[in-house]
Amino acid sequence: MTDTPPRHRPKLRLPVEWLGILPFVLFALLFLILPTMKIVLGAFQSPEGSFTLQNLIDLNTDSIRSAYWTSIKLSLITALLGCAVGFAMAAAVVFGGLPKGIRGPLLTFSGVASNFAGVPLAFAFIATLGPAGLVTLWLKTEFGINLRAMGFNLLSFWGLVVTYLFFQIPLMILIIIPALDGLKREWREAAEVLGATATQYWRMVAFPILFPSLLGTFALLFANSFGAVATAFALTGPQLNIVPIKLFAQIRGDVLGNPNLGYALAFGMIVITGLANVTYIVLRTRSERWLK
Amino acid sequence: MTRIFAWAALLLGCLYFLLPLAGMTEFSLKMRRGVYSFDAYMKVFEDPTFWATFGYSLTLAAATIVFGVLLVVPTAYWVRLKLPQARPVIEFITLLPLVIPAIVIVFGYIRLYNTSSFLPLTGSAFGTDILLTMGYATLALPYMYRAVDTGLRTIDVATLTEAAQSLGAGWFTILARIILPNVLVAVLSGAFLTLAIVIGEFTMAALLNRPAFGPFMQLLGANRAYEPPALAVIAFAITWACMGLIQLVTRFSKHERAKA
Repeated sequence: MTDTPPRHRPKLRLPVEWLGILPFVLFALLFLILPTMKIVLGAFQSPEGSFTLQNLIDLNTDSIRSAYWTSIKLSLITALLGCAVGFAMAAAVVFGGLPKGIRGPLLTFSGVASNFAGVPLAFAFIATLGPAGLVTLWLKTEFGINLRAMGFNLLSFWGLVVTYLFFQIPLMILIIIPALDGLKREWREAAEVLGATATQYWRMVAFPILFPSLLGTFALLFANSFGAVATAFALTGPQLNIVPIKLFAQIRGDVLGNPNLGYALAFGMIVITGLANVTYIVLRTRSERWLK
Repeated sequence: MTRIFAWAALLLGCLYFLLPLAGMTEFSLKMRRGVYSFDAYMKVFEDPTFWATFGYSLTLAAATIVFGVLLVVPTAYWVRLKLPQARPVIEFITLLPLVIPAIVIVFGYIRLYNTSSFLPLTGSAFGTDILLTMGYATLALPYMYRAVDTGLRTIDVATLTEAAQSLGAGWFTILARIILPNVLVAVLSGAFLTLAIVIGEFTMAALLNRPAFGPFMQLLGANRAYEPPALAVIAFAITWACMGLIQLVTRFSKHERAKA
């Protein structure tokens, strides 16, 4: 790649410039595209290697259907709550008239928290909301509130929701603050001059402009939690029935008893996160028209 | 009125973020009955597996960063200089790791590079280490590429290249002595982010069966009570340090540029 391209007569110019990205293309093929193709093709192959739709049809069992449904529900709820809370915090910092000094630390902390996912995050929540956690014990001794008796269990669906929000909210803050900054002061002033109330300004000017970025970020948060394995695994172990955990168990020990069904399970994940991300990219391009 | 709501939103949010951090810190200090002590941390630091797995992940992170820089800097440079028409395709590829979950990618590796394949990487420990490094490079690709490409945007690549060429520099000299120093801040940002991602990564290391820090933490979490929160505190400190270093190099570079 670092060699000077060999000189050819102008007529016979080979596309030597393309050789410069050959290492990158090779890397992407070997470690990104071919492995994914292997999964996608495997989803449509019978154990003997012929084309079949049987694997996808076989996904339609109670256990797998409920795993997908739980995963989708989990991703929808954490994305929705993450967007709502993240938006509230970002709006508070950008428009709420808070001291300017808060913004920088909040962004830095969001950068840290959005990367503090996986196994340690699960430990942090077990130490806080687990059976012997700080908040659990405090509520019990000070107020006599027994979280467990009230039906809250950290090692369950809602426990996972509370934990996932720790990386979903900061991601929302990181993405939405630049979008909020892009709302021009002139738009608000123009609306006020024309007699709009604050609610009307938000409903008819700001919200429609922000809508593509909000929806786009929602899609990104959805994909973010749909593919997450480590946090859920460290929190609940292999028993919680969500797709990434099921796939993890399948890769380790073929719990479905059919390797090609594993491919189909993974293929389903690609389809869902792929759709979410395409939504994100399309909406992001649309929102950038306004926020230049 | 708005201000009250703003404070409420911010404080409630902060409470949610601070409680788990307080929870893990407090719990990690409670190993000795009745008093706060650093016993859990001592136990963790005395464990040879801790150092072995931590060292392993650190080594892999270093390998990932070196490989990532060698792969991304020349590619991003070349695309800017000679192949602007390839930009959309390259950018799309660098975003793919955000679309395809890590567990799916590693599943593909296991099936594609098994012992009876054309490239039997999973057949030996060293081969699996290489595969894991490539996996980490894939996970870090979106961040590394974006960082370097943004860095290249701030310099005039074409002019610098022509100036270097007219002074007789070859491609290697141009990349190593002109381009790399100019995008060093971007490269360092990408490197620290890569470190933060790799050091605690669980899924790929666990499924490839390598003794990395992530699977070690998970195993300890399943068997012990007080060491896991201590590990969480340590992991949080590492993440914080990585992000802090990114801010530091960025600020440093702004300062330098302002002086120039």
